[in-house]
Amino acid sequence: MSESTLTTTEENIKVEKEPLFGKTEKKLLLDPLGDTNPITIQVLGICSALAVTSLVYPSVVMAIAVVFVTGFSSLITSLVRNKIPKQVRMIVQLVIIATLVTIVELTLRRFNYPIYKQLSVYIGLIITNCIVMGRLEAYSMANRPWRAFVDGLGNGIGYGVILIMVAVIREIFGKGTLFAGSPIQINIIGASNAEIGYLINTAAESGIGSWFAGYTNNNLMVLPAAAMFIIGVLIWIQRSYRPTLVDVS
Amino acid sequence: MSTSKVIQFVVIMTAGVALTLALLSTSWKEQSKLNEAIFNKRAILGAVSDYLNEDPKVMSEEEVLDIFSSKVQQIALDMNGNIMEKEDIIKAGYKGGQPENIDMAKEKKKPEAERIFPLYVFNSDKGKSYILSVRGNGLWDEIWGNIALKDDLNTIAGAAFDHKAETPGLGAEIKDNPTFPSRFKGKKIFTEEGTYVSVDVKKAGGTAGNPYAVDGISGATVTANGVAEMLERGIKYYLPYLNKQVAAQKTKG
Repeated sequence: MSESTLTTTEENIKVEKEPLFGKTEKKLLLDPLGDTNPITIQVLGICSALAVTSLVYPSVVMAIAVVFVTGFSSLITSLVRNKIPKQVRMIVQLVIIATLVTIVELTLRRFNYPIYKQLSVYIGLIITNCIVMGRLEAYSMANRPWRAFVDGLGNGIGYGVILIMVAVIREIFGKGTLFAGSPIQINIIGASNAEIGYLINTAAESGIGSWFAGYTNNNLMVLPAAAMFIIGVLIWIQRSYRPTLVDVS
Repeated sequence: MSTSKVIQFVVIMTAGVALTLALLSTSWKEQSKLNEAIFNKRAILGAVSDYLNEDPKVMSEEEVLDIFSSKVQQIALDMNGNIMEKEDIIKAGYKGGQPENIDMAKEKKKPEAERIFPLYVFNSDKGKSYILSVRGNGLWDEIWGNIALKDDLNTIAGAAFDHKAETPGLGAEIKDNPTFPSRFKGKKIFTEEGTYVSVDVKKAGGTAGNPYAVDGISGATVTANGVAEMLERGIKYYLPYLNKQVAAQKTKG
């Protein structure tokens, strides 16, 4: 009892000393975007990154879902970290993650049924996403709630950014569209068969677009294998810019 | 920490989590069910998109429900082509008792003699059409769709397909590429003598002028064959009813 009172007073003093969003928090939030990125550096969470990134819209929804889950599971775990019995530590973490994922699933079903149908099992699979559990084990179990929350958000965003980057490349070259299926769908290179006739016609009139009309959708880009190549290239680019990263993993 | 403390922690945590999720789930149940119904109705209307002013994919939810309640008459059929009463639908395992509650995935698992099927009669300014639901197997998993027949119960007015796990860019084109379902428009399922032949999906490029076949998708032969088989079998289940209707039309004429 006396121990816990002691830590609380210590924490209170520290909180007073440090600003709410200081250097540590900034580092926690921004590092996962670059030097400790969950996908390109730690190579975690690859399964869903390969599977859901064929379109941008589901990827954005998936990214938001993961940011929510990593952020709040870190926060909750950190809040109860001193109460969790050591024997059932991992199961408790899993229950926290699973609860949040179920909330995401119910919310999507309630507010955006088509995207719920489209993402189907991949929402449920966030539970097994190594990034979430990895952050709980590595950070939240040993740090204060606010920092754990920021760390969770940062890693979720780091994952989401890569997801969306891959999805943008895949959708443009694989389908010729952006945000297909959402209310703001844009046709970039409208090589879908329904529009090819229209594009050829407009190209003749405007003088531009003939190149686009001749572009055939690249089927490889629609397949999960394309995501692997793109992530590979991203890892390559990142490491050539930062040679220090090469030895890290 | 002692075992009793651990058990205490686990019990409290489980109860809390269960309560939260149960509350959330029940309070959103109604709307979630409605969402699912709208999603399915959109898919059904997809088969008759030619008869609608707007693409059912982008139509507002209210409009989908409105069209469905004002222009669509739904009936359930058994294997002998008899129209089923509400009680019979409930007996078949659908609490709602409406033909739209029929889950084709469940029906596919039942023995053939016990299956029941929904039929949607769509009345528009451009004529009546009959929408049949079919379900079959693609390359990786199930495929399903809705086929609309014109008033003559022979000519196809439109089709819409969906799938669970076909290959993107190949088999998945049955859904993603609007030209594939549109190829079915104007095709016929009966020969001039009245024999049932369904519509075959053949290798691309050989079906011009053939009213009983459409071009398939290059690279997706298995899915295309699956579509052909699904149609052949799925429409056959409706034949008793269709034949009765045709006979009735003839006596009238």
